[in-house]
Amino acid sequence: MILVVAEHANGRLSKSTAEMVAAATTLKREGPIAALVLGSGVNAIANEAAQMVEQVLVADRPELAEYDAELWAAAVCQIASEGGAHTVLISGSRGGREFSPRVAVKLGAALLEDVIQLRHNEEATTAERYTYLSRVTEKIETKSPVVVITVKPGAFPAAAPTGKSAEQFDVDLELPARRIQVTGRLKEKGTRISLSEADAVVSGGRGVGNSEGFTKLVEGLADQLGAAVGATRALVDAGWRPYSEQVGQTGKTVQPKAYIALGISGAVQHLSGMNKSQYIVAINKDPDAPIFKIADCGVVGDVGQIVPALIEELKKT
Amino acid sequence: MRILIVLRQVLDAEETVRVKNGVVDLESSKLVMDAMDEYGVEQAIRLREGGAAEEVVVLAIGSERVQDALRTALAMGADRAIHVVSAEMLDPLAVSKVVAQTAQEEKIELILTGGQQADWDSHALGPATAERLGWPQATWTSALEIQNGVAIGKHDGDEGSESFRVSLPLVVTTQQGLNEPRYPTVPNIMKARKKELRQETLDRYQVAPTIRVLSAEIQVKTRMRKIIDGKDASSAAAQLVEFLRNEARVIA
Repeated sequence: MILVVAEHANGRLSKSTAEMVAAATTLKREGPIAALVLGSGVNAIANEAAQMVEQVLVADRPELAEYDAELWAAAVCQIASEGGAHTVLISGSRGGREFSPRVAVKLGAALLEDVIQLRHNEEATTAERYTYLSRVTEKIETKSPVVVITVKPGAFPAAAPTGKSAEQFDVDLELPARRIQVTGRLKEKGTRISLSEADAVVSGGRGVGNSEGFTKLVEGLADQLGAAVGATRALVDAGWRPYSEQVGQTGKTVQPKAYIALGISGAVQHLSGMNKSQYIVAINKDPDAPIFKIADCGVVGDVGQIVPALIEELKKT
Repeated sequence: MRILIVLRQVLDAEETVRVKNGVVDLESSKLVMDAMDEYGVEQAIRLREGGAAEEVVVLAIGSERVQDALRTALAMGADRAIHVVSAEMLDPLAVSKVVAQTAQEEKIELILTGGQQADWDSHALGPATAERLGWPQATWTSALEIQNGVAIGKHDGDEGSESFRVSLPLVVTTQQGLNEPRYPTVPNIMKARKKELRQETLDRYQVAPTIRVLSAEIQVKTRMRKIIDGKDASSAAAQLVEFLRNEARVIA
């Protein structure tokens, strides 16, 4: 069995789940592809998952209302062991990358992190992944009989619905007590599409001038395009923007169809979070800015003039 | 309370990555302590200075070169260092075994490791170590205090940040914003030379890597590199719209 740990947020299945199913399919291994849905009040999510896989295992319990690394690891490990799973797929989101190592240790499995490609032949599983701040592509191999894999969001095309509804099974879990006590949550839930799911991302750096400039230029253009909003570390450190918008080594990694960089010079730590984008557009007044080296389309000029003109032009269409 | 920080030595971010015969060439490159680990060292020293910890121990696994990172940490203010000598490329799960055993032998109550590590681009070391020890973990931590054996802090998740409380022992992975790491001063660099740096051999930890790197390559995506002069904003805007529509196809 290949176990896919379904990822969901705000009552719906995340795109990453369909991507994991696609990744599982590329392995072409024996046994069904099963999705594990963990949470509280996840009926609709389980139904959604059933459109994609051959089996859905559901643990719908109040204790699972809020994510916790130890609880998730314990649940996944128990279900993987009971089902004799040889492969466990987990999303390469923050949460996934946080609890997956615990699952691998518990199962005595190998861990392939943040993979962008997967193969299986005879006794080996091979994968490709980015290393060295996304500057190197490495091919790795494991012969471990059980493998835990985190799948990089955006790397696999989402699997299409099968047109059938898979059978659902309720599972019993023995869960450990929660040890981390969460005393406060600052959810930065905006109305905009999330960075990992957007086709287009508009990002701002120091060149946008100030917080008001960011709102006017970056958010203004994002609204016009229906794009997600990103920011460089400098702006997050300065407190202009929330951490959830940060793109780069210590923030999020994105791979949209179009990444539009406004007033971003292009430090290597930032590039590591966006250099796999399909198309990169950059607007910057410095013709020598490193961002232009990886841009498909660059405009040398003042973002304060070009972006408002661009927004106007888009309104006409 | 004793704190352990695991140090990774990585390629300087400003250095160009080179691949030779299918492996990343580190021999001739400048290596530095991972910035994420600097946050860990700094935070541990602050906790000791504030009276919450008695001793700060740093650990690194690798060739003789990792001693540079250990000496830097000692010069920042760590008390002593352990160097596990290894010429092998070990994956994070294998390394976590060394870290967990060291934590037990040294009676450690708090372990700090880097968040996203700049060589493996991995976040596995901290959680894997926590699991081996049966400890809880706080990941991507941007604020951390210790009061009477309880860690109080803030960390980042997928949807924003959370404040937390958890009793020690604990594994923490670091994140930017945790602190502003200090620079070692010349007198402290001199003093660090006299601090204990103990060597251990890898065979006492019985680690076996489960992953093999088959090849490494630098894949550079060919970019169109079309440059538009932005002097005339409306003409530049029209060309951008054209690009977004016909090339990137993100607008209808």
